[in-house]
Amino acid sequence: MQAFQYKKANDVDGAIGAGSTAGLKFVAGGTTLIDLMKLNVERPTMVMDINSLPLTKIEKTADGGLRIGAMVRNSDLAHDLTVQKGYPVLSQALLSGASPQLRNMASTGGNLLQRTRCYYFRDTAYPCNKRNPGSGCSAIDGYNRIHAVLGTSEHCIATHPSDMAVAMVALEASVQVKGSNGERTVPLKDFYFVPGSTPNRENVLAPGELIMSVTLPRLADGTRSYYLKRRDRASYEFALASAAVVAQMQGRRFQRIRIALGGVGTKPWRSTEAETVLESHEASAQNFRKASEAALSGAKAMHDNAFKIELAKRTLVRALTVVTSAA
Amino acid sequence: MSTKYIGQPISRVDGRAKVTGQAKYAGEYNVPNLAYGVIVSSAIAKGRITNIDSTKALSLNGVLQVFTHKNAPRTAERDENYWDEVAPPGSPFRPLQNDKVMFSGQPVALVVAESFELAMYAASLVQVEYKIEQHVTDLDQVRNEAYVPRPREGIDPPAKPRGNPESALAGAPVKIEVEYSAPVEHHNPMEPYATTVLWEGDSKLIVYDKTQGSVNNHDYVCNVSGLSSDQVRLLSPYVGGAFGSGLRPQYQLVLAVMAALGLKRSVRVTLRRQQMFTLGHRPRTIQNVALGAATDGKLQALIHQAIAETSQYEDYSEPVVNWSGELYQCDNVKLGHKVVHLDFCTPCDMRAPGAVWGLYAIESAMDELAYKLRMDPLELRLKNYTERDLNNNKPFSSKELRECYRQGAERFGWSKRNPEPRSMRDDGSLIGWGFATGAWDAMHFPASAKAVLSADGKLMVGSATADIGTGTYTIMTQIAAETLGLPIEDVTFKLGDSTLPKAPVEGGSFTAASVGTAVKQVCDKVRGKLFRVAQTLPKSPFANAKLEDITFADGHMMLTSDPGRSVSIQEAMRHGGLSSIEESADAAPDEAKRSQYTLHTHSAIFAEVKVDEDLGTIDVARVVSAIAGGRILNPKTARSQIMGGIVWGIGMALEEESVVDHKFGRFMNHNLAEYHVPVNADVHDIDVIFVEEHDSIVNPLGVKGLGEIGIVGVAAAIGNAIFHATGVRVRDLPITLDKVLAGVAVPKREILAPAA
Repeated sequence: MQAFQYKKANDVDGAIGAGSTAGLKFVAGGTTLIDLMKLNVERPTMVMDINSLPLTKIEKTADGGLRIGAMVRNSDLAHDLTVQKGYPVLSQALLSGASPQLRNMASTGGNLLQRTRCYYFRDTAYPCNKRNPGSGCSAIDGYNRIHAVLGTSEHCIATHPSDMAVAMVALEASVQVKGSNGERTVPLKDFYFVPGSTPNRENVLAPGELIMSVTLPRLADGTRSYYLKRRDRASYEFALASAAVVAQMQGRRFQRIRIALGGVGTKPWRSTEAETVLESHEASAQNFRKASEAALSGAKAMHDNAFKIELAKRTLVRALTVVTSAA
Repeated sequence: MSTKYIGQPISRVDGRAKVTGQAKYAGEYNVPNLAYGVIVSSAIAKGRITNIDSTKALSLNGVLQVFTHKNAPRTAERDENYWDEVAPPGSPFRPLQNDKVMFSGQPVALVVAESFELAMYAASLVQVEYKIEQHVTDLDQVRNEAYVPRPREGIDPPAKPRGNPESALAGAPVKIEVEYSAPVEHHNPMEPYATTVLWEGDSKLIVYDKTQGSVNNHDYVCNVSGLSSDQVRLLSPYVGGAFGSGLRPQYQLVLAVMAALGLKRSVRVTLRRQQMFTLGHRPRTIQNVALGAATDGKLQALIHQAIAETSQYEDYSEPVVNWSGELYQCDNVKLGHKVVHLDFCTPCDMRAPGAVWGLYAIESAMDELAYKLRMDPLELRLKNYTERDLNNNKPFSSKELRECYRQGAERFGWSKRNPEPRSMRDDGSLIGWGFATGAWDAMHFPASAKAVLSADGKLMVGSATADIGTGTYTIMTQIAAETLGLPIEDVTFKLGDSTLPKAPVEGGSFTAASVGTAVKQVCDKVRGKLFRVAQTLPKSPFANAKLEDITFADGHMMLTSDPGRSVSIQEAMRHGGLSSIEESADAAPDEAKRSQYTLHTHSAIFAEVKVDEDLGTIDVARVVSAIAGGRILNPKTARSQIMGGIVWGIGMALEEESVVDHKFGRFMNHNLAEYHVPVNADVHDIDVIFVEEHDSIVNPLGVKGLGEIGIVGVAAAIGNAIFHATGVRVRDLPITLDKVLAGVAVPKREILAPAA
């Protein structure tokens, strides 16, 4: 573990001002960063604690959406009544992730930025392009059962681990970030990069930029949503495949549908292909299967993770079945 | 008040200390001027260290030393000095004594600093260069090189073949020939390995160590460091789980001692979770089982052969195959066990070593045979039930397995099972009911104990055994309190201290029997002394009595025939002018008697699984385990033991695996997020039955030990239930959802064909 300086940020502007200092990392709940520091994967020389920043509100926006402060803890967000009623998919996704202890610490902004669980990334004994650009990807020819099948490149196949972000992508959330050049809003679906040839670059944040909040748009009345996650045990485990579905029905037809997949992509995976198959079409087993085929049409299997393609399809079919059969 | 404690569900006597944080573990002893050691682990699996650059680490203010093979104090030269009580044959690993790397994660340097954080930082600055050699970590790759390992003390080699197994198999009307595969597993107790060495000056050390054997590790420290016995006291009063990983000294012990002697300071070395995957493990094991039977189910041939891994430097082996020959009546049997060298550290006994893999295979195979015979799996077991151990041609000292089958089946509702796979459903899910048998040894080793009864009626009993969460403190306290008829609050049991009378390592399920017998004997000696003193009282009610006529209860001695005539224990002490009674006892098993029998515990495990076939999800809805384990000293701690075994069995069946990257020869999922053991949500109904079993041969207490039997057979029962639910036979543990989904895509229906 690298020795580091610790500083506490008292206000947002102070944090942002210091944010571009070389070797600085912001720490919120610390559930990813501190782990990785102990593993020598993250080696910041300065850690700025943003836990006392006033970014802890969950509030209605003027147009009926919901703004979630970056420091809202995962537990608080999952158990928020507005979220449970209006955005059940988000509450379900949050509660399917990690453990109660971790959710009590983990923040909304931090969850968006959590790093992959790729074994090779988390162990400095292995080459890894994400951790050490240009050193090679050990997963591609290695043991890759938990790795991604969508959005991979010849440089990286690491899976994005978040459940929350998958639900938020399906909810068409946007992220408000603030840096020394001011504040900007980025749609969450554009927030993440696929690895390409620079797997070390994971998102659009510039050095020193801080996530301020996540905004969920208002959903039309009667919108249903659901999150389904498959994994190797019943709790405290990352997804092998998950599906977030947000659907507005007109009778048995989808008036509007948003679909995102987790556990299979190098980023939270919005599937417009699946949405196109379903939108203005009928909710039927046949269409669900067609949509899931479309969602995984670009999937590329490695030696050990081919099962994820079929599992993801079935997970999506099941999620669609549940969301359309709900009373 | 009653002082009848044996057989009562007494709560753990150490429970309060544990849940309130009063119980201190090896890494929690804080003393002034303590230095902190952090181990640097090898990044390669095999090769030579060509250079270690410690300059950057040493340049930090507060870093005391970086020990490497270049500068570490030399420990003993000879292998014998490293042979601990349970070492397998070979040349044990000795950290920092040469430039050889023999497994990935091997300690290559120890950084010692004034603070833990500083030591962590400095460790990250140590640069190690290697000359890499080609390693082999894939058992499948070298299985043709398997050899018969040198025999390990205390473990019977596979029994000699009997009858003519090959031709009997060839001629059998119904047969199966299958291969089962089991992965590496790591013990992963909650408490990581840790040692705090207190430097007492003059090369005198007090060593707080996490171990299952304080005497074993004490002797090891002396043997490897050249210190005399009285220079070292090793203590291990509380152990946060071990499961066999603490049977042998772990490398942080010798490193901490080395640093303390080198720096003449108190030093603590604690392993990180990642480093817990660089210790001994349950070996990956491949097993081939062939069974031949008559159409009525009578076994005609049984062939069971295992290939497991060991390291390059020791011949580790475990009892995998003998169970098959002992469990069933079969005249044509062949058993074999071989190992291959891999570039891992030596495997290590892990809860029911050998038996969990062996019974997984034979009990899965018996299930497969039952389907082929179109016979109830339980009926097949009964058809081949044996009252004699045919491997050794001896009777069993006791064997209530038939009763386990009966009571377990009744509690589970086995008779309502539809034998056809995929025939039972509930709420859209497939339901499967599976069954398996378990067995383990009822061992007994010499152990000693001492007892001190004070004039105030308080009793201290001690033995250098361990309590690794099993309940040793509690059951020994019960035995002592009941033997002397004292209130349990007045009895203290001490363990985990090398200065106490010698006990073997705590393992193999032999502690209750071995140490329990010593505790009983030493308390019997105190009884004798008290009785003799009581006889000298004026007008003693016992003047004409014999010790056998006396009952010790409620703090008194009394005539069994006339309890009104009694003497209080304190009164006797006072009268005799005794400030205390001190006794010691060396208890040994009655080998003349025991050796005429095979001594085992048995179990029957019934499991129900619920399978969502579409998504591959498997839930173990309930498990019933019926145990024949001799006399149950404490049904509460006993039940906990069995439940823990079952929970672990669920993990073994569905989740647990140390995954290896063979290109790097390194375990990959070295943390408790990716190394899967069951979480609460994976565990549903568990029902434990203790079948009555009386055994006067096994030992005077009639106890057989329960540490291992709970886990044995559980994985087979669950695998069998999964087959019953889905028609998919996964022969490769753990049975993860991808394997089930793959099987569902191509159902192995051929196995359902009626018997030829």
